[in-house]
Amino acid sequence: MARSLKKGPFVESHLLEKIDKMNASGSKKAIKTWSRRSMVTPDFVGHTFLVHNGKIFNSVFITENMVGHKLGEFSATRIFKKHGSHTAKVAK
Amino acid sequence: MPRLLGVEIPADKRVEASLTYIYGIGFATSRRILEQTNIDPNTRAKDLTPQQINEIIHAITNNKIKVEGDLRRDIQGNLKRLQAINCYRGQRHRRGLPVRGQRTSTNARTRKGPRKTVGVIRNPDAKAGKV
Repeated sequence: MARSLKKGPFVESHLLEKIDKMNASGSKKAIKTWSRRSMVTPDFVGHTFLVHNGKIFNSVFITENMVGHKLGEFSATRIFKKHGSHTAKVAK
Repeated sequence: MPRLLGVEIPADKRVEASLTYIYGIGFATSRRILEQTNIDPNTRAKDLTPQQINEIIHAITNNKIKVEGDLRRDIQGNLKRLQAINCYRGQRHRRGLPVRGQRTSTNARTRKGPRKTVGVIRNPDAKAGKV
């Protein structure tokens, strides 16, 4: 079920703080975060996030098109396995 | 055969039904259009007067109903966007797998297409009895 519009987009407060600070000072540094559930707001555009996928941090550069998605959508948690790929790897 | 919006050539069915041959118009939209234009849904498409056809076209454009090429382009654009930003949904579209979290262990044949059997590819380095 979709979130009520009344509440606005959900962004983890600590993330919001960091972004506000960076936007105020104009600095750009990759932000390491575990908060996959935070929604990308227009403030995020142009920043780089290191989004945890349970194991590593995937770097995600936010563009305008990504607004409205959650950070976690850009950091896959599963490895896509094809059939035969394991043998190909061994053969190398 | 009346032509609507360029290529549409609905046959000699009832207008209500023949309008649904336009991509982007189903029965509900078709009925709404006919209600607005005061055309009896039971008339055959071939019996439409040129004026009525104009009215239908007007109703479609004025109501901002996206049909045919525009609609197709829109849908393609949406897919492109999802794939360009490399989000989970985009990746699923790229691989032709279900996008909305359905199981893929079995089923999912609509997205995956007909079954393809993948045989075992033996490791060429493997020797018999020593794998």
